[in-house]
Amino acid sequence: MLHTVNKSPFQNSSLENCLRVAQPGDVILLLEDGVYAASAGTAKSSLIEQAVKRHTVYAIDADLKARGLANLVKEVRVASYGDFVDLVEQHPVHAWL
Amino acid sequence: MAATGKKVMVTVRKAPHGSIYVQESIEVMFIFATYDMELSVVFLDDGVLALHPGQDTKGLGIKGFMASLGALVDWEVTKVYVDRQSLKDRNISEDAIITIGRDEETDAPIRPRVLDSAEIAAMMAAQHSIVSF
Repeated sequence: MLHTVNKSPFQNSSLENCLRVAQPGDVILLLEDGVYAASAGTAKSSLIEQAVKRHTVYAIDADLKARGLANLVKEVRVASYGDFVDLVEQHPVHAWL
Repeated sequence: MAATGKKVMVTVRKAPHGSIYVQESIEVMFIFATYDMELSVVFLDDGVLALHPGQDTKGLGIKGFMASLGALVDWEVTKVYVDRQSLKDRNISEDAIITIGRDEETDAPIRPRVLDSAEIAAMMAAQHSIVSF
């Protein structure tokens, strides 16, 4: 399963809700305002620091750059829109809007 | 024209780029600035993310509004504040937030002034109107 999260972790609990039900091995993709969760050293960084132990976590490159985010939680992988397409092809998708 | 001397505050609490709120707030700041009122602007909660350094929206195919924020002082929007705790929670350095203009005399960069929540609360209490985004 591929879980996509597009909301800021400071704004609502989409990411927390997602992580509560995501199964080990599921893939998490952060996009749009969701990429703020990948930022290191914030009050919400521990969510993704924990998540990377159970999941592969991606963040969309264009969304990171638009928001000026370069200092990321270490294990987060940066994904292009092309990678996004590949992931959608490989997994059923659950969008946490 | 609008009643003079009214204290009006614009608060920005949404993250940039994911929605139109921040863009709209800037439009409103520029409009308010043309009237004879005492305008202040406060970035807090996710709104402080609009001040994050190094934003480049090319990959999203949108222009972004970083240049507009950089011209606030030119538009006489000079009372611009940002909440210290919101910056800290998002690991944004107070010294690194984007500039909103340059000093006419010295050409020194001007940044939004960082305030504690209590100072912002006191300012809010003194307004005639607060317009929130």
